[in-house]
Parts: sequence; C-alpha cells; structure tokens
Amino acid sequence: MTDWVLNFPTLDIATLRAVHKSIDAAYKTFSRNYGDAIESVFDPLLWLLIKFEWVLLNAPWWVIVLAIAGICYSASRRVRLSLGVIVAFLVIGVLGMWEDTMRTLAIIFVATLIAIAIGIPLGIAMSRSDRMQAFMTPILDVMQTMPIFVYLIPVVMLFGLGKIPGLIAVVIYAVPPVIRLTNLGIRLVDQEVLEAADAFGAGTWRRLFGVQLPLALPNIMAGVNQTIMMALSMVVIASMIGVKGLGMPVLQAVTNQYFALGLFNGAAVVGLAIVFDRVTQSYGRRIQAQRQA
Amino acid sequence: MTMPGSEGIHVGGLYKVFGANPAGVMPYVHEGMGKQELLEDHGHVLGLRDINLDVAPHSIQVVMGLSGSGKSTLVRHINRLIDPTEGDIRIDGEDMLALDAAALKQLRRYKISMVFQRFALFPHRTVMENVGYGLALQGLARSARAARAARWVERVGLQGYEDSYPHHLSGGMQQRVGLARALATDADILLMDEAFSALDPLIRSDMRALLLDLQHELHKTIVFVTHDLEEAIEIGDRIAILRDGEVVQNGDSQDIVLRPADSYIADFTKSINRGRVIRVGSIMEPLRPDLAGPDCAHDMTIEDALPLAVASPGGEARVVSAEGEPVGAVSLGALVRALGNSREADRAAAGAAGPGA
Repeated sequence: MTDWVLNFPTLDIATLRAVHKSIDAAYKTFSRNYGDAIESVFDPLLWLLIKFEWVLLNAPWWVIVLAIAGICYSASRRVRLSLGVIVAFLVIGVLGMWEDTMRTLAIIFVATLIAIAIGIPLGIAMSRSDRMQAFMTPILDVMQTMPIFVYLIPVVMLFGLGKIPGLIAVVIYAVPPVIRLTNLGIRLVDQEVLEAADAFGAGTWRRLFGVQLPLALPNIMAGVNQTIMMALSMVVIASMIGVKGLGMPVLQAVTNQYFALGLFNGAAVVGLAIVFDRVTQSYGRRIQAQRQA
Repeated sequence: MTMPGSEGIHVGGLYKVFGANPAGVMPYVHEGMGKQELLEDHGHVLGLRDINLDVAPHSIQVVMGLSGSGKSTLVRHINRLIDPTEGDIRIDGEDMLALDAAALKQLRRYKISMVFQRFALFPHRTVMENVGYGLALQGLARSARAARAARWVERVGLQGYEDSYPHHLSGGMQQRVGLARALATDADILLMDEAFSALDPLIRSDMRALLLDLQHELHKTIVFVTHDLEEAIEIGDRIAILRDGEVVQNGDSQDIVLRPADSYIADFTKSINRGRVIRVGSIMEPLRPDLAGPDCAHDMTIEDALPLAVASPGGEARVVSAEGEPVGAVSLGALVRALGNSREADRAAAGAAGPGA
C-alpha cells in the first residue's frame, strides 16, 4: 500500500510555506508600490468623513438630537417614532457614549453613501443582463460568506490602520444587499408596464429613470436598510483596525472582561440599528402606500 | 378600400416563429409544415403564418380569435413591439421594418399609440401624469402637457380624479385612463389589445359606446383585438378571424355571420343574436317595380324590420339606400329565414371535427 491511499496527499510544509510567502510577497510589493496612490483616491472620502464627524462632534448636542428627530419625522411621518429616537439619543448621551456614537454615526453615514453609489449602478447593470447577473452572483456570495476578519488583512496591508481601511472594509461587507435588491427590484417590475413605456416611445434611460427605478424603489430601500444594518455590525469589528466609535469600548470590554461597558456600548449599537431600521423601513412603506390602498 | 399599402396599415406575407433559430426553420414553414409538427420536431413555435391584412385609414379593424390564436402577437407587429420573422409591414406606404431605433421611437411617440388588456398604467404616477406620459416623451412643456392631459381626462369622464393614483380607481376607470393616455398623443393609429376584455360586461358596453363616440369624432385608424364576437360585430368595420396564427376569414360583420368561411367560424357565430346583427341590406332581394312600401333603411336590423314587414299588407318592405333610393325588397319569409339560418350553422359546426369553442 502506498502512502497516498491512507493519508491525504498534502503538499509538504516547505512547499506550502513557499506558496504562502510568494503570495504575501507579491501583495506586499503591490501595496508598497501602489498603496499611496490608491489611498489618495480615497482622500475625498476621508475628507467627507472627517468633516461630517467634526460637525457631529462640535455642534451642540440638542441641535443634533433635534436634527435627527426631524429627519426621522420627515422620512416616516410618525410622531411616536420620532419621540422614541429623541429618547434613545438622550439615554445614549446620559450614559456617556455620545462622542463614540457620533463617530459611529459618521462612518455609517459615509459608508452607506458609498455603498449606495456603488451598489445601485451595479444592481442596474445586473438587472439588464443575465450574463452580468451570472458573473456577479458568486462574487456577492463570496463577499457575504468570507469571514469578516479575512477582509481586514489585505485592507490593512494596503492602507495601514485608520479610518480609510475601516471605511473600505465596512463598505465591502455592507454593499451586497443593495446590489442584490436593486437587481431584484428592477427585474420584478411588471412587464406590461414596461411594454407600455416602450409602446409610447420611451428610450432606455427614460424607461430606467421614469419607470423601472421608481417602481423598484421599495425593494431598493429594503436593500439600503440591510446595508445599513450590516455596516453597523461591521463597525464593531472594524475597531480592530483602529476605527474609533462604539466598537472601541466593545473591543476593550472583550479583552478586559468589562461586562457592563460591553453591554452599554452594545446596547447603543442596537439603539442606532433600531433607529436606522425603523426610519428607512417606514420611508419605504410610505412610498409604497402612496400607490396602493 | 384604397390601394393596399399606400394609405392605412398594410401587413403582407407576415410570419412569426418563436424559438432559438426562427430563420432556420422557415423553409419547413414554407413547405407547409403544421404548427404541431414544427413544435415537436424542431422545437419552434409558429406564432403567425402568412398574414395579409390591409386596414383602411379611419376604420376599425377587429382582429378576433381565441387565446393562443396569435392576435396579440399580430397587433404588436404593427408598432414593432415584436419583430417579424418574415414579411412586410407598411404604414401609409412607409416600410416599418426599415426604421432604425430612433425613427421607431418617433413613430411610437407621434403616430401609433396603444391600449393594453390589463391597463398597464404607471402605478407611481397620478391619473394626470399617466395621461400626460406620451406628451412628456414628445417633449411638451409641463404647462402645455397639463392643459392637454386635463382635456383628455375630462373627455373620458374622469374629471375630479386627476390627482388619484391608478390603484384608487376601478377597472373601468383605469381603462379610461389607458384610453386617454393613448388618445392624448394625437396619434393617427390606435392599437387596442383586448382593451375591454378584463372589464365587467356592463362597464364593457359603456367603454364600447365611449370608443364609438370618440371614433365618430376623431376618425382614427383602430386595430382592435378581442376574443368576443359580439364586441367584434358591434365595433368592427371589418373583422379578421385568426386561428392557429392564420387568418381564416376577413370581412364585415354581415360576411362573418351570413357566410362563415368554415365550421370554426360558424361555431363562433352560433350564439350571436342574428336579429340584431344581420341588416336587411345583406339579405334583400331584387326590387320589384310594383312594390310600394313600407320603407326600411338598408342598415336596419332584422329585429327592427320584422314589425314593419308584419304590418304591411303583402308582408313585404322596400329597402332604401342611405340616399333614400329604393334598392331592394325583403319579405317576411326572407327575414325569418335569415334568423333561422343559424340552425344550418349549428349543423355545420356540430358535424365538423374541428376544435370546439
């Protein structure tokens, strides 16, 4: 009996190490040569993130609370929800988590903007061609199932620690739902309505912006909602690569076994999630209700 | 009818095959291969076979058939929502198949509009915005658009609903919006794909009345698809009957009812109230000089002419043309015989092995 029948034929350790090393070395060379150039591409986003964070941290707390409640009301038209949002933010402030919450809010906001800016065009492209859909679907599957920490390694190697790598990791993790649901929403638009647009002589763009996107909007909003939720859960993990915010104290609590600290900050993340979720969902429902019932 | 193709809609030698390689199976179709055989042996669906149809301007051409007969496919060839596998489509002499994408868009914006079976309104737009949709595509400014859309909303009887969304309206009202949307563009040609089929019978007859009323005023060239012979007879100047993708008869309502081309059509006409459809002009006999009166118009139905004939001493009535000239005679016997002819049609239908209705 030869050996390979009984034992799985593995590459020997030396070869395997060589393979790992050569991949790492190639990537290191790549990041050394192009890291700065790629990072400069993200400078405008960094600027936006820093400015937004500065505003949130320096404006009086009550202005921010009122502004958030105002946005909540104009999106949802629900008074009780808006009052709930005010209470949630007051509790967060009283428990000493205001500053971290504002930092998290800033990165979630910018990450969501980027995810929408990337996700909706990709979703549109996917809906227009079956080949594009067949190409994108496995990529999205990988993005959503690859362990989160694995994203962090190449991003950190390329950009080091800080806001930009954190932002990129959050966006990569959070963008798939908005892509998927934009694609789905457009594909679900009634064929007869599209035929009517064609019959009246609408071109590709008029059809897309006048009919397909508005009718897909409830689904797209569901995707945005999911994206925000995923961004929030990623923000805690991104604290491992130096993203400040609610994730930092959570990380501290894990390493030092501070149960109460972890619980409070975790609860603040949950509070933010509920606020974002309810506001985007009731906005989605409101635009749908306008057309039905 | 005018010279084919120079005016109105001309469809000649039109074939449509659905499948992976329609052109590749066309030789079999030309050799006369049947629909069933083509599907089983070659995996292609024969949608339309050798359609020849000329629609005179300002007339209503009905295309009638059961579901699957190809009538909706045929009407979509006229504005090229579907492209033919082979054949010729001309509108006012212009070759439709030669149009590029931009010219086709122009044609759909200005020349042909369409009404759909399930209304196909834009659910996210108000009644006004739906009616103005074609006008927006024509590039009309907002104010001009609103004025024109408002006029059509009113014309179809929906004033007060301008700012409603389609979901707030009943089926009949939604189709009024669909009709207004199609009319607002001022297109000469109106395609109506089973436009009233999804409506309740009473609403349906309201809509037919509205359409005929509008047509009286607008003189559009209308291609109207339906599966309902009664509807076809009421509104059609000419009726083309489609079966398995082929035209089996094309004529006016009198031809269809009095001279059905085959048992399939005879089967259709069985349930028709002949007294209300057949006109005395279609069954009159030569005029005898000694016949005096009473007079009935040539387009009077049997139902209306019967009391006249009964009241006259000889049991006969004189038929006069639209200009008031006497052109023929009908007797009580002829009128009753025309009603009874349906039994012959019954027998023809029962004796045939063709598909039942």
